[in-house]
Amino acid sequence: MAAFLLRRLGNHVVLAVAATSLAYLLAAAALDPRANFEGRAPRPPESVVDARLTRLNLNDRTSLAVRYGTWAAGVLHGDFGRTWDGRPVNAELWRRLGVSVRLLSPGAFLGSALGILLGAYAAIRQGRAADRFITLGSYLLLAVPVFVLAVLLQIVAAKANDAMGMHVFAWVGETTPGAAHGTFGALGGLADRMRHLLLPTVTIAMTQAAFYSRYQRGLMLDVLHTDFVRTARAKGLRRRTALLRHGLRTALIPMTTYFAYSFGFLVLGGMFCEQAFGWHGMGEWLVEAISRGDVNVVAAISCLAACGVLSAGLASDVLHGVLDPRVRAGAAA
Amino acid sequence: MTVLAVRNLTVRYAQGVPAVCGVGFDVGAGEVLGVVGESGAGKTALALAMVGLPPPHARVTGSVRLRGEELVGRSDAELSRVRGRDLAMVFQDPLSALTPVHPVGDQIAEAVRVHSGATRAAARARAVELLDLVGIPGAARRARAHPHEFSGGMRQRVMIAMAIANDPVAIVADEPTAALDVTVQAQVLDVLKAAKEATGAAIVLITHDLGVVAGFADRIMVMYAGRAVESGPVEEVYRRPRMPYTIGLLQSLPRMDAAGTARPAPVDAAPPPAGGCAFRPRCPVAVDACAGADPEPVLVGPAGHTAACVNTEATADPDAVFPLPDPMPQPALAPRRERPVVLEVDGLVRHHPLYRGTLLRRRAGTVHAVDGIGFDVREAETLALVGESGCGKTTALMEILRLARPQRGRVAVLGQDTAALRRRRRKALRRDVQVVFQDPFASLDPRMRVADIIAEPFAAHGLRAPRGRVRELLDLVGLEPVHAGRYPHGLSGGQRQRVGIARALALEPRLLLLDEPVAALDVSVQAGVMDLLEGLRARLGIAYLFVAHDLAVVHRIADRVAVMYMGRIVEIGSVDEVYGRPAHPYTRALLDAVPLPDPRLERRRRRVPLRGDPPDPTAPPSGCRFRSRCPRYTALGAVDARRCEEHDPMPRPMSTDRESDQWAACHHPLVEAGSGT
Repeated sequence: MAAFLLRRLGNHVVLAVAATSLAYLLAAAALDPRANFEGRAPRPPESVVDARLTRLNLNDRTSLAVRYGTWAAGVLHGDFGRTWDGRPVNAELWRRLGVSVRLLSPGAFLGSALGILLGAYAAIRQGRAADRFITLGSYLLLAVPVFVLAVLLQIVAAKANDAMGMHVFAWVGETTPGAAHGTFGALGGLADRMRHLLLPTVTIAMTQAAFYSRYQRGLMLDVLHTDFVRTARAKGLRRRTALLRHGLRTALIPMTTYFAYSFGFLVLGGMFCEQAFGWHGMGEWLVEAISRGDVNVVAAISCLAACGVLSAGLASDVLHGVLDPRVRAGAAA
Repeated sequence: MTVLAVRNLTVRYAQGVPAVCGVGFDVGAGEVLGVVGESGAGKTALALAMVGLPPPHARVTGSVRLRGEELVGRSDAELSRVRGRDLAMVFQDPLSALTPVHPVGDQIAEAVRVHSGATRAAARARAVELLDLVGIPGAARRARAHPHEFSGGMRQRVMIAMAIANDPVAIVADEPTAALDVTVQAQVLDVLKAAKEATGAAIVLITHDLGVVAGFADRIMVMYAGRAVESGPVEEVYRRPRMPYTIGLLQSLPRMDAAGTARPAPVDAAPPPAGGCAFRPRCPVAVDACAGADPEPVLVGPAGHTAACVNTEATADPDAVFPLPDPMPQPALAPRRERPVVLEVDGLVRHHPLYRGTLLRRRAGTVHAVDGIGFDVREAETLALVGESGCGKTTALMEILRLARPQRGRVAVLGQDTAALRRRRRKALRRDVQVVFQDPFASLDPRMRVADIIAEPFAAHGLRAPRGRVRELLDLVGLEPVHAGRYPHGLSGGQRQRVGIARALALEPRLLLLDEPVAALDVSVQAGVMDLLEGLRARLGIAYLFVAHDLAVVHRIADRVAVMYMGRIVEIGSVDEVYGRPAHPYTRALLDAVPLPDPRLERRRRRVPLRGDPPDPTAPPSGCRFRSRCPRYTALGAVDARRCEEHDPMPRPMSTDRESDQWAACHHPLVEAGSGT
């Protein structure tokens, strides 16, 4: 298993390098940071703009190959360059990554677990009211864009706040300023963070759950009538136990593949969520960077996203190996 | 003492005819009831209804009593306390019937724990004990292995271990050996027999194989279209069948024993009509009364032998029921050695390299699929390649069909060496070599009409099908002109295989390669297709190379037979010689393992069962490849055994008789040269 994973890791590093380089080349060729300076009044002299852009490695009059070389050498040393206004990309990148992870991980985790359970349950109750309800709900959620869902939830939360006459739900930003210095100290700060996390988590979890439940339902339907579930029942297991112990485990195996692919979907959903709930994470930064022509930031985020997708792929390989002994035997040899 | 009593059991799907209709029987402790019928007769629906696991939307009525306790209509919770403890089940396909993700030991232990509440450790220990009981070597270690690490026979042993885990009162076994080779089938039946003796359980054995029932069951129940049409003690029913369907079934079986020389009467499939006896359209002794009510079972013999037939007077003499077909016209053929050679194979080799790893692929070994085989097929004769699954018989066939340069050795078709062929000549030669595949469901394009399927070979060679040729071909294989416009899914299995044969015959080939052409068909349909093949060979003078695993089918249809084991031909010769006095211990073991559809003969037979499974094809044993399973090798002295260990035996003639051409690759054959007939 370890050798197999190492080989996979090597593969993935090559892929990540290719994806990041392509993203840089595309961004450097298409985006125009010069426009930021030219649009200023008074317009700075050409030579000043050129000198500034050259210092930031953003000058479109330097050849693309040279710019790429400079950038790549920096990345090899762990430096993603500077933003168009001269600040280092690295520091901002890690800070924003932290924000995004805090925003996305609870929702992603809850959503996938909930989706798998709901999907499995719907399959077991195929054709009954519960199945139809879950199916309808998940289609509805899949059809509603994330930002609409976020806004709808905010409206509902505002009504609830009004009805209770208390500020129970909060949805702007990560924290309320000063909450950590209130009566309850650090504990109050944590509670405040959780309060702010509630709505975004629900939003992400709901879309994720809808996505996963569809797949899980289909997979579970396939194992529902398999011979080994019948064998389990012939042993004396009740239907529910047989399906949980023998069916669900087998039906989870193909899910590990979807896990890798749904990561991209999650990052996209996160972008909308950040905008809707006023979190200053990676998604928001990417949108800003593209509109400002900030090549280095776009490349850095692309690199991180590529690494993220590939590690999700690696994680799904590990999960696949853990769940399916047949793969394990083949890989170990 | 009756432990399992079934009365008037009916399984009905949402609409349409019931799958099982009013079936009833009793099975006593330690007794075996064999339930026989063709596919679609309702055997599996019956089994699943008995254990309370019918498919969804099925309605089960009637009564199933286990030790007097009613099972039909109980809730899942109540039934799950009975299932696996008092009433156990063995399923057909051991590959899909075991959960792939759990170790087999845990799966057996689960069956123990769910009923006895034993501790995890105690249940594990019991699982190992059970695996040992069903003959799995190294049980303690193998208990931790997953199902995919076992062979088919070993998996079925695991299923049996699971079934007897709680000393059940009754076991329902649904086609427990249908997916296995004959040699392994014999082993598994022995295990089932041992399990019966260990638990004293009543067994309901469901099968399509009349030979298995003859050797294993005490009583038999024959099913047709969901009804029990005849039942009684096995010996009585086999000796004096009274229901025309049973008579036809027994007569259409290809037989290996002496009684099998007569040409059996084919019974063609027909859909059951509404009302009256379902067998009516196929029955040669049907009378007007048959169209009336469903025939009730009437007592026709001793010990409760009943048949559901209104015209039992007509079946008093079973042999007179089906008119014997006219004997096949045997064209006067020149002696074998004067006929031209159609196919010549010499030293043919096909090795598959085995790679491991994803990024860096390493050569991990070689599968010796075909490892130097040689034979010839002459005009108007049938050579059969037989052997267990994985012995390389289909690979050999496909290698010949390629008409290309083999990895090693030589293939010559109609005198032309395939290695020297240019593209145009190869394509032209393809007209003379055609193939019929095993699965008539998968080998026809579901989106093409029968007429187009049959005319396709012409199009493939840039020809126009001559007018009326399709109709002629349909007629040749016994299909009606109306079939030309149908799609394959509108045909029965036997009809589809006839379409496959018609397609192969379209270009008037000289050599027909047949890959298990009747293996997927029911016995009565098999007989019809084999008749067709025999008739075509007699009329058109085609040579057949016939791959099969069923030795009874081969006995019926082949002139010569080549027995393969691990990529080698271990024995070759005329069917009479090889079946009559097999020289190679493997041939003997294969023949011994085939159950005879005659209870008296079957129970009298003394057989030396073949142990174990074929060894790993990447690492055959040194010297003789069959050594690891050979019953003769174990009985040899040290000096004689050395030869088997050190020298790979080469084929040599087994008789000095000039007429004989029996060759075997064995150092210590069962018949010696010179001692021949």
